[in-house]
Amino acid sequence: MGSLGFEVLFKGTNMLRLLEGLGVALKISLVSVLISIVLGIAFGMLVSMKKPAVNAVFNVYLEIVRIMPQMVLLFIVYFGTTKSLGLNLSAEAASIIVFSFWGTAEMTDLVRSAIISIPVIQYESSAALGMSRLQTQAYIIIPQTIRRLIPLSINLITRMIKTTSLVMMIGIVEVLKVGQQIIEANRKSSPNAAFGIFATVFLLYFIACWSISQLSKYLENKWVK
Amino acid sequence: MDISAISQYTPLFVQAFFLTVKIGWIGIALSLGIGIVCAFVMYFKIPVLTVIVRIYVELFRNTPLLVQLFFIYFGLPKLGLTISAEVCGALGLGLLGGSYMAEAIRSALEAVPPSQRESALALGMGKGQLFGLITLPQAVSSSVPAILANVIFLLKETSVFSAISLMDLMFTAKDLIGLYYDTTECLVLLVIFYVIMLLPVSFLGRWVEHKARFAIYGD
Repeated sequence: MGSLGFEVLFKGTNMLRLLEGLGVALKISLVSVLISIVLGIAFGMLVSMKKPAVNAVFNVYLEIVRIMPQMVLLFIVYFGTTKSLGLNLSAEAASIIVFSFWGTAEMTDLVRSAIISIPVIQYESSAALGMSRLQTQAYIIIPQTIRRLIPLSINLITRMIKTTSLVMMIGIVEVLKVGQQIIEANRKSSPNAAFGIFATVFLLYFIACWSISQLSKYLENKWVK
Repeated sequence: MDISAISQYTPLFVQAFFLTVKIGWIGIALSLGIGIVCAFVMYFKIPVLTVIVRIYVELFRNTPLLVQLFFIYFGLPKLGLTISAEVCGALGLGLLGGSYMAEAIRSALEAVPPSQRESALALGMGKGQLFGLITLPQAVSSSVPAILANVIFLLKETSVFSAISLMDLMFTAKDLIGLYYDTTECLVLLVIFYVIMLLPVSFLGRWVEHKARFAIYGD
């Protein structure tokens, strides 16, 4: 006893393997965020037109995402579709589908509220200046919407990175799983590895998410005032 | 879909449902307690404690619950701190939620317009009166939406408990799928029980949110 299990990190390529694991989680969240942003902007513009049928469908979609844990969605897409539809999705594809499904709902809501939050006076002033509808959108509305959106979507990225820790439950080897493997492999030589490894994973996630959320805070102070 | 399988599994899910709800709400109560204390510390800028609270809030807001639970459940015993899965679940949820609640309550306290404070002081109110009669009621009212959003988020996060072998809904579903391969039936039951757990909270939340707008200045 006495050791805290941090020495395992310096054996062989253990630290590198942990970082690679984090890379897997980051890759899945980045791909899902990109998909969510593209779809979210498209849907958000659609929803902000206030067509009753579109909004009704969207509200049901939002409520599903609001109350279903991401883990349940992961299980449905990964195990459920295999059993009932005969689809053989890879675990990574399943998690990207689930995170995009979730992210798109969040993003649509963000885009909608960003568009709604632009004061009517902006539209009226550009009309008074003789701008066409296209010009109003291109020069006045869209630039302001994007400024409001960027900090919020960065925030969504950190939430996605945190949620990707769940993918180990459907068998993807990411940072937590790698951590478990290292602990198992060194059970005899360093019995306290569980503390050192999980503390490191904790810190790795913190560094990744904290630096991103600082960026979002900075942009928010700079642009949304 | 096999109806007999569903009726056979339902009692197991009911049991898991009550365990999930119990630990979930204990965790939420804990998180509210932690959140209120931490928010007050940050709002009143109590020296030393503020720094500790800030570090705690940033640490737990920027890490996933799964990692926190693994650290508490598998990591801490190596230092001689062994706790049961149930306590670990409630504690993890409480610590995660506490950091979210603290931020929600602190920003509500700070969002009370300065004119309110100045008017209260101009009326000759003391510090205690200012906080208890003016700032707090308005902050409580405006923090309700954020707190409710956190409650729903935390109830959803309970699904992570299965990773530390707590017999919650997710664990029961996973276990039964592994034993009998009735994937579709188990997933349907899983979804039904999560809807039972969360839909009322979601609807009730909207109603409470509407009712709680009583003290918002300039609304």
